[in-house]
Amino acid sequence: MAQRASKKSADPAANQESAQVVKDLHERMVRIRLFETEAGKLMEAGRLPGFLHLYVGQEAVAAGVMAALRDDDQITSTHRGHGHAVAKGVGLREMYAELYGRVTGACLGRGGSMHINDLTRGMLGANGIVGAGVPIAVGAAFAARYKGEDSVAVTFFGDGATNIGAFHEGANMAAILGLPVVFVCENNGYAEFTPQSGHMLLTDVADRAAAYGMPSVIVDGMDALAVHRAAADAVARARAGAGPMMIEAKTYRFYDHQGVKGLRHPYRSAEEVAEWKARDPIDLLEARAVADGTATRAELDDVWQRTRDEIAEAIAYAEASPLPDPADLLLNVYSG
Amino acid sequence: MTIVKEAPAAAPNVVARKLTYVKAFNEGLAQAMREDENVFVAGEDVAGYGGVFRMFDNLLDEFGPRRMIDTPISEAALVGLGVGAAARGLRPVVDLMFMDFIGVCLDQIVNQAAKMKYMFGGALSVPLTITTASGAGLGAAAQHSQSLEAWLAHVPGLKVVMPSDAYTAKGLTVSAIRDDNPVVVMLNKVLLGSTSEVPEEIYGIPLGQAHTARQGSDVTVIALGRMVGEALAAADELAAQGVEIEVIDPRTVQPLDTETMFASVRRTNRVLVVHEAVTFGGLGAEIAAQIQDAAFDHLDAPVLRIGAPFSPVPFSPVLEKAYVPDRARIAEGCRRLLERS
Repeated sequence: MAQRASKKSADPAANQESAQVVKDLHERMVRIRLFETEAGKLMEAGRLPGFLHLYVGQEAVAAGVMAALRDDDQITSTHRGHGHAVAKGVGLREMYAELYGRVTGACLGRGGSMHINDLTRGMLGANGIVGAGVPIAVGAAFAARYKGEDSVAVTFFGDGATNIGAFHEGANMAAILGLPVVFVCENNGYAEFTPQSGHMLLTDVADRAAAYGMPSVIVDGMDALAVHRAAADAVARARAGAGPMMIEAKTYRFYDHQGVKGLRHPYRSAEEVAEWKARDPIDLLEARAVADGTATRAELDDVWQRTRDEIAEAIAYAEASPLPDPADLLLNVYSG
Repeated sequence: MTIVKEAPAAAPNVVARKLTYVKAFNEGLAQAMREDENVFVAGEDVAGYGGVFRMFDNLLDEFGPRRMIDTPISEAALVGLGVGAAARGLRPVVDLMFMDFIGVCLDQIVNQAAKMKYMFGGALSVPLTITTASGAGLGAAAQHSQSLEAWLAHVPGLKVVMPSDAYTAKGLTVSAIRDDNPVVVMLNKVLLGSTSEVPEEIYGIPLGQAHTARQGSDVTVIALGRMVGEALAAADELAAQGVEIEVIDPRTVQPLDTETMFASVRRTNRVLVVHEAVTFGGLGAEIAAQIQDAAFDHLDAPVLRIGAPFSPVPFSPVLEKAYVPDRARIAEGCRRLLERS
């Protein structure tokens, strides 16, 4: 059965070290938040084609996990993948340009929101198919071991994805081959518009790990430090050759499944949304940082301002970028 | 990078050596593994057991468990493992045993492997080889006998090859492994024990290049996979009656070498396309459409398609025999084409 992560490390040295980590986590979360809220506004303004699955509310998970990874560690992501990409260090310019369908985008305008990737940062792609990134991460971990490298692969997926075959097959494959894969379930309580209670009988997705002989841990997905501690443990374990592990982060999606506006069907109560928003992961981290003296309010505000400037510049870059040439439509269908 | 090394055309071996289809495949795979350290094989019972069709015999002994990996019966994870490993620079060969099993891993083939390069803006290649046994004729019934090349040839980003004899089983497999794209190698179960001349050295057969297996002036027969041998047998029978048919083996159905077909049609003015797959929506429909588009004025009769009837593959041998096209039906089709014009 899954373990519940303790709220705070008992080791004072670990808490000391976390001062550095807090600033890192904060910066990653602010970048995600601003990237996403601005993207949402652009979509509302009708300036972006296609779909947008915003990550707002779940920032502590991407930030907490990615802060525990090296550049050569690989991740596979989901349809809600901007947060993972931003936290893994994919360029904001290339990301916005892709959302705009520009030729300077992360996919040269061929992929859009759900296929953002950056092989140089170990970002093996968002994915439009629920659960499909899981076996791909298993393959990336296989390649690392095959080549004698000590990088790990992390696969992100939602609660809903744990009902699909690819998840179960990937989990079993990673376990039986003993591969360095960390399974990160971002349990935001909903598979699109269906609550968890309507799509599985379990309370904790992490219980599914036991079926594959895999240890698991449950963390508060609104607490970036808790996520980070769990991720650091799981990554260290995988890197040391002890095999895969699952982390279930209980979190929440502040926006809807897709887009920004509320939908016709009130599938979540206003009370529930308000309750989760009261535990905004960035507010929580900032309050703690100010309270324990890790950072001053001014320092935190400075992060917001710098990031705002960077985002504005990235959006301007995307808007000024050329569109793809229809004459090049067949580019990259095949190699060679 | 794609290295294409065609077999030496002039004088390969002084003494011709014959090999079975399955041994030729095995030899090509082993040589490709020796050539490139990044090639590994994963699948159900490929290592310890050597594959249910003995496709992987002795490879565990030579290459060890690092490069020969037995996996659970778990095709979605198996192909996904191949996709992820290929994205990270390896050249995986994953085996699906029976082609019918692609139904449980089609997402990884169609939505992941095939599209990744394109939708990632060319950031990577997916040099993945998927081997699988296809075709009817062994009483394996509806879930172990299909020829599903039309499904896969329809997907941009995939390549599909259909070896028709031992020589092509080796050369196309080697080229598939050397290719930087996902390639599905459709071996034919009935042909596994058939023999033909196979050079001992490693060689590739260019993907997307058709082969004229027999020259003739009266009818062009375009045959896929096992149907090539049937068409050649029909050609012998027809030759005795004074009819010369040209047999074209596309070898690769995606990409499809239509130029070789068009050139042949311009000489013979009559075309028959034959494949094991059901006729409806099969490769024959695509080939017929392209020929009428490019060479309509050269046709003396409509393009004739021969394939399986629109039914699952039946079990009872008498039904299965009636289901799969054969030399008699091909010869009969050629005669009909000649009568029409």
